Amino acid sequence: MTLKRLSPEELLGLDRFNVDEGHPHILVDRARCALCAARPCVTVCPARCYRLKDGQVAFDCAGCLECGTCRVVCKDQGVTSWTYPRASFGITFRCS
Amino acid sequence: MSDDSFDVIVVGAGPAGSACAFALAREGRSVLLLERGDSAGAKNLSGGRLYTYALELLEPGMYLRAPLQRRIVREQVMLVEGRRATTLDVADPAWGEGVPRSHSVVRASLDEWFAAEAEGAGAVFAAGMRVDGLLEENGRIVGIRAGEDEMRAGVVVAADGVNSLLGQQAGLFPDVAARAVGVGVKETIELPDAVIDDRFGVTAGEGVARVAIGCTEGVSGGGFLYTNRGSLSLGIVFNPEQAAAHGRPIQEIFQDFKEQPAIAALLEGGTSVEYGAHLVPEIGHHGVPARLHREGMLVIGDAAQFGINTGLVIRGMDLAIVSGLAAARAILQEGAPTGPAYMAQLEELALLPTLRAYAEFHGIFGISRIFKEYPALANQALGFLFQVDGRVPPPMLKELLAIVRKNVSFRQLAADAWKGYRSL
Repeated sequence: MTLKRLSPEELLGLDRFNVDEGHPHILVDRARCALCAARPCVTVCPARCYRLKDGQVAFDCAGCLECGTCRVVCKDQGVTSWTYPRASFGITFRCS
Repeated sequence: MSDDSFDVIVVGAGPAGSACAFALAREGRSVLLLERGDSAGAKNLSGGRLYTYALELLEPGMYLRAPLQRRIVREQVMLVEGRRATTLDVADPAWGEGVPRSHSVVRASLDEWFAAEAEGAGAVFAAGMRVDGLLEENGRIVGIRAGEDEMRAGVVVAADGVNSLLGQQAGLFPDVAARAVGVGVKETIELPDAVIDDRFGVTAGEGVARVAIGCTEGVSGGGFLYTNRGSLSLGIVFNPEQAAAHGRPIQEIFQDFKEQPAIAALLEGGTSVEYGAHLVPEIGHHGVPARLHREGMLVIGDAAQFGINTGLVIRGMDLAIVSGLAAARAILQEGAPTGPAYMAQLEELALLPTLRAYAEFHGIFGISRIFKEYPALANQALGFLFQVDGRVPPPMLKELLAIVRKNVSFRQLAADAWKGYRSL
């Protein structure tokens, strides 16, 4: 049996998250994102937290892998605040 | 407010932080080792290979206690062109018989063990603590703030990883530049040890490390495959700016890599159990900030952007451990200013000289054709040489030159050779 190709949702489904509902650790200013033509976040976020919806960048930090890629590629400063989740929230790697 | 005060607070229980805490606690210093994950390693991810000389520097024989996975006895370089692949396999059973050697590792277990070693040496280890900021008095860092708590120390050691928010808060360096890092994605795939042994041509406890070039759709970067005990680590690291410009989501390119026939055959029957991503320092010496210390504070490990990538050898954890030891030795030196002593130790322990020796090497990765045209050329040329179809073959040299020309012009070839030469 060949190892299956997995969708972003299936990949994240392998992981253990404790989502801090109501306390997003990354804040995104959609008005600034609307002015960004490049939108690197949509392509390079490994968790696909940034997606295009009706031509707009939508952000959901529920499956964030805390890598920081959006922070370093966002030149137009749509990412207005980037920290790590509060203690005991976010991803927990068990076997990587 | 707590009136507890430590000689040293180390922020981050990765290999750098734990090595530092271990070396200080062993000499009787009071050390607090803080980790934001619920356990050490819970937030960490790496391709998964450790050069054990670093543990040896910390304490001879320490590697024997570490939860290492497989001793690497085969090194492989894979050139990918679509469904084709050419793999160079370098094997020497003598590798790893002595020390130094290298092992595959799984960070969840390695980091947990390492933090426990620091604790065993006398450090206070606290997991589930996110450090929010630094305490500063009269221009000196005197401690940290974590939620409602404030904790004070003679020295704060920032081992907070590649996105060193503490180093930035301290004003030592700006945010890491996108061109200086790679974004890595990785899947951990469970597979029985007996199957791994058979499939990779190793015996129990022996392992394989493979790097792959040509699996990134031309984006600067490369793949990796490491054998662990009962699992494989498969991933790709991409230059984030180029990946963004390329436009195809990186995890889709990664999933294609899983389906590459030469990779898929190795994964068959396996079970995906975890997916992760992390940034890695990519440009070595030129990525290291000019300032790694200020009064009351030192920066170590990934936070200091210590990394080496030659395409064949990828180092980070060993440099992290060495820098943790360098920081500890500097702090242990009575009377000397800690910052300059730390920089001197980084020289003495060969870390900075090694980074300088490879200083221009990342220039090689500026040759974009390495990631597409050259792997294609190798596969096509070798494919032609191996082909037998019963007909009279075309003149060999003529055909090979045609294959070269199909992929690169001779002008490009000469320019790339010159650039490569200049980077060595």
